[in-house]
Amino acid sequence: MTTNATPTSAAPTRRRGIEAARARQAIWLLLPTLIALAIVAGYPLYRTIFYSLYDANLTSPDQRTFLGLGNFWFTTSDGVPLGFLQDPKWWTAVKNTLLFTVVSVFLETVFGMIIALVVNSAFRGRAFLRTAMLVPWAIPTVVSAQMWAYMYNDSFGLVGRGVLGGQALLANTDSAIWALIAVDVWKTTSFMALLILAGLQSLPGDMYEAADMDGASKWTQFWRLTLPLLRPALLVALVFRSLDALRVFDIMYVMLGPVNAAQTSMTGYARQALIDNQLLGLGSAVAVAIFLIIMVIVVIYVTAFRVKFD
Amino acid sequence: MNLQKTNPALYYTQRVLFYLLVLVIAVYLLFPFLWAVLTSFRRAGDLFLPPLQFITAPSTLSNYTQVFANASFQRGLLFSLLVAVASVLISLLLGSFAAYALGRFRFRGKAFILYIILAVSVFPQIAVLGGLFTLVQTTGLFNNPIALIFSYLIFTIPFTVWVLTSFVRDIPGELEEAALVDGASPLQTLFRVLFPVMMPALVTTGLLAFINAWNEYLFALTFTSSNRTVPVVIANYSGASQYDQPWGPIMAASIVVTVPLIILVLVFQRNIVSGLTAGAVKG
Repeated sequence: MTTNATPTSAAPTRRRGIEAARARQAIWLLLPTLIALAIVAGYPLYRTIFYSLYDANLTSPDQRTFLGLGNFWFTTSDGVPLGFLQDPKWWTAVKNTLLFTVVSVFLETVFGMIIALVVNSAFRGRAFLRTAMLVPWAIPTVVSAQMWAYMYNDSFGLVGRGVLGGQALLANTDSAIWALIAVDVWKTTSFMALLILAGLQSLPGDMYEAADMDGASKWTQFWRLTLPLLRPALLVALVFRSLDALRVFDIMYVMLGPVNAAQTSMTGYARQALIDNQLLGLGSAVAVAIFLIIMVIVVIYVTAFRVKFD
Repeated sequence: MNLQKTNPALYYTQRVLFYLLVLVIAVYLLFPFLWAVLTSFRRAGDLFLPPLQFITAPSTLSNYTQVFANASFQRGLLFSLLVAVASVLISLLLGSFAAYALGRFRFRGKAFILYIILAVSVFPQIAVLGGLFTLVQTTGLFNNPIALIFSYLIFTIPFTVWVLTSFVRDIPGELEEAALVDGASPLQTLFRVLFPVMMPALVTTGLLAFINAWNEYLFALTFTSSNRTVPVVIANYSGASQYDQPWGPIMAASIVVTVPLIILVLVFQRNIVSGLTAGAVKG
């Protein structure tokens, strides 16, 4: 914004007038987006929260009875536990999702860092590797899930038949989770590497020259310079990946099928309750729980790392 | 450079190890995809062969002809294209209005609106699945691509607003002030002055949003029965029985939907990196 070069008495009020007019115009420009978000996100979210308090069926949502928090925790008079928080399968799904998130995001960060550091240094073939880096990221998740389901197949797959000698890795949920982590790491390490690379390229080069002069080893330079300076970019990438991993669905559902997916991902569990079992109330309650878990993590992130918007 | 003279042995060991690492990374990133490409050109009977014989087995296009002759795959391609393009165009239009307001105007409540948009972009889709499903049913849009176009706005709009806002901020203000002085309305300024400047940003953002929409699975799986998009078709591609997966055609279909994306990504490589970092790192 430029300011008037000649200060006159009329100028401040006129500027304030312009500011007010601009503020009104801004609202009109924002309105379509806000309306669209209210329709596709706000209202459906409200409905999900609403139904989570009812015993309702997906085929006839209008015939419903109020349950309060019964979908979350409810025991019938004969002692049958009906709330999803009493279902061991939900807790298996939570455990597997957390394991999946922590391990895959950790490995992606380490591999992403290695790849970014390699690609950031000068060598012959760097352009090729930078291009290759984009390939797993560009592949649709469902496609990479099918590709790996084939690789893990016990009679055809290179990994399933060759490396593991015909073990059906995906048949058992305990071993499947590690196979799925490997797929996710393969698919999204590129994304992490891209973000870290962008961070690396914004680091000042003269600092490294100074460190070289002082005789600091590359190892020391990495831990003392690169990592601390990279911290903001790294944290953002970490949190974005964690949130993605927490709501994982595609690879579980495609590689394991609906039944096992319900025990390996929270989203899979919610979808099974909601769509396959038609339990609109129970499924909505699970969805609300997932929503809360993710929002709490976002709030922790925003407050802990002091993300600012201007 | 000094090491090369003072200790050539160490220098060359380091170089060899470095290139070995490069090779490992390249193989790790590319091999699974290349193996899928190879599989897509093999006859069904040859999939049992041990790796070396598998590589040298005769190639065939039969998987591809089979896939392209498949009616649900054809429809899938059409629906995916329709749904992704429509939701991206709507998001770009609405998103650029919003980004213009958020990037160029100062007003009260701006930070709050940015927070809301960010909150929606980290929304777990499952949180709206039930609510949207009942809406889709009552409006009679089940199995209609319109349901998907609208539901995809939940992730394409926040993404486009977020990325475009950071692009709009970087546009020098003089351009817009000149238009204002000439008495142009905000919409005129946006369309006549900013859009031409924003073209590369719009293309990048649109492409990234397109990739997300093209890949979407959960909504497409839930809101359609016969009008499937391509990811759902590929995930459900089945042979005679549940245990007889036609891997050749599945890999061929996978390659068909992936190659256009890879080409787009390689062509717009530079823009994509800047788009991703604008969308993610500044978030």
